[in-house]
Amino acid sequence: MLDRIFLYLAVGFLTLLAIVVVFGDFIQPHDPLLQNFLARDKGPSAEYWLGTDDFGRDVFSRILEGSRLSMTIGLASPLIAAVIGIAMGTSAAYFGGWAERIITRATDMMMSFDPLLLGVLVVALLGPGILNLSIAISFALIPSFIRLSRASALAVRQEAYVDAAIAMGRPSYSTILRHVLPNISGPLVVVTTLWVGTAIRLEATLSFIGLGAQPPAPSWGNIVRYGVQNIFGSPLPALFAGLAITLTVLSFNILGDALRDRLDPDKAVR
Amino acid sequence: MTKLLEVTDLSKIFGGSVRAVDGVSFSLGERETLALVGESGCGKSTVSRLILRLTDPTAGVIRFEGQDMARMSQRALKAIRRDIQFVFQDPFSSLDPRMTAGDIVTEPLSIHGMVKGARQRRETAETLLRAVGLSAKHVDNWPRQFSGGQRQRLGIIRAFALGPRLIVADEPVSALDVSVRSQVINILQDMQEEKGTAYLFISHDMATVKHIADRVAVMYLGKIVELAPKASFFSAPRHPYSEALLSAVPASHPQKRRKRILLQGDPPSPIRIPPGCRFHTRCPIAQDVCRREEPALAQVADNHLAACHFAQAWPIASRLGEAMAPEPLAELSN
Repeated sequence: MLDRIFLYLAVGFLTLLAIVVVFGDFIQPHDPLLQNFLARDKGPSAEYWLGTDDFGRDVFSRILEGSRLSMTIGLASPLIAAVIGIAMGTSAAYFGGWAERIITRATDMMMSFDPLLLGVLVVALLGPGILNLSIAISFALIPSFIRLSRASALAVRQEAYVDAAIAMGRPSYSTILRHVLPNISGPLVVVTTLWVGTAIRLEATLSFIGLGAQPPAPSWGNIVRYGVQNIFGSPLPALFAGLAITLTVLSFNILGDALRDRLDPDKAVR
Repeated sequence: MTKLLEVTDLSKIFGGSVRAVDGVSFSLGERETLALVGESGCGKSTVSRLILRLTDPTAGVIRFEGQDMARMSQRALKAIRRDIQFVFQDPFSSLDPRMTAGDIVTEPLSIHGMVKGARQRRETAETLLRAVGLSAKHVDNWPRQFSGGQRQRLGIIRAFALGPRLIVADEPVSALDVSVRSQVINILQDMQEEKGTAYLFISHDMATVKHIADRVAVMYLGKIVELAPKASFFSAPRHPYSEALLSAVPASHPQKRRKRILLQGDPPSPIRIPPGCRFHTRCPIAQDVCRREEPALAQVADNHLAACHFAQAWPIASRLGEAMAPEPLAELSN
């Protein structure tokens, strides 16, 4: 019962977030970049719902604007990583041989780095910026997708229906698309939602250490960063941006758990 | 006359040392059913996988209608695959759990571009389902909503969808309950009669084989040790191994009971195949010559081949009780 309430809350929050991301321009009460030195470090008020930062910018508007960047990166990076990682993982499992050996060794090597470190490495190589940030985060998530999809695909490869498809004359790529992928989609969908949370967190972390979105453009990560620098002026920007990150990651994790229960083939109701 | 399927000296060595299939030769004519029997691990399933080209052979030739398909690329094989279909043993894992019954039975047709559009596929699927006694309304059901017997019927009609010339059936009924076994066997026989398909029927169940086969091939440790027409095989098996297999079949009448030949131990490992006759370690009549020389698969009666130095000295069962050694030279000379 409690699970269900949390799931509804999470879905509600994510729906709200989606609306904010799409229609942000119409919802923001102030220009998120507009500085007002007469209203620095203000607490919440009717005009500034969540207060202002030390440049006098509206925190609420900045968090709404920051959601666009954080969510774009948070959704795009895992999806890019999923496409590349699943393609490599399933092919490795399906074809085996030297290709599999190279892919698994490379994965092991990448897995030995912390995702954050890998992200820092890529951004340091390519330079900061939103596109590079997405690339960095995708890159950091690819090994996990390769590993999971390869392990699942190895099990499915043993099933007689895959042999059946081959014996019927189905080409390899088509067998992977029609028989292997549908049968490993359950865990992959779940893990993708969980990694959306990770990606948002990673974006925030990289922005926090100055490798992500560059000011004045707001992202949740850099709002927290500059909020922390000015935490004695006003703790509100860092607090609310941090809260936004926490709630979003939590919502995606709750959604992922619910999907896992729903997609479990033994419990599946289709 | 070219045979439908002609297999010559087919071998499969796994990992460099496991001789799973070791020089197997046989042929199969149109509309014929050849049963390949043997205990588990004798390589009969590997033979079926080799003929379906799910495993690449190490050596040998597989001729289908005169074309050697043993070394064909998967792309070139596609045309031949229309004519060679299969029924697998496990009715649960051989159907994709994420496909509906309709998609499953029409899959071979879609792969070969013989149904176009959802509507035609649905109609074809309904026709196919009715052909094996399932209802057309099962089209949208998932595999897990069917029983084992029903699933195997889906597998059979999928195999027949393309109108193949040959169906390789790898233990198609051994995973089923005894109560539905005969039903599925009957469907297989009816379909064969109607479509004129040849079967390579792999089994370890002699009762089923006796019912469905035209000819029987017995495999032991990767080799065919006896190959004979059904009647001749069941009435006068020439290889001691075949005789032991047959003696294990419960008799239909107490007075027809055969003398039971019990084989000692397990078959040797295909990694270390014994020298000489590969059956000598368990053979009740093994002699010195068996330990030295490997007997060839030779004709011992009309169309009846056996690989035993003492193939003329049958039946073995009658002689076992007398604890008497056969006289190979005298018997062989005639």
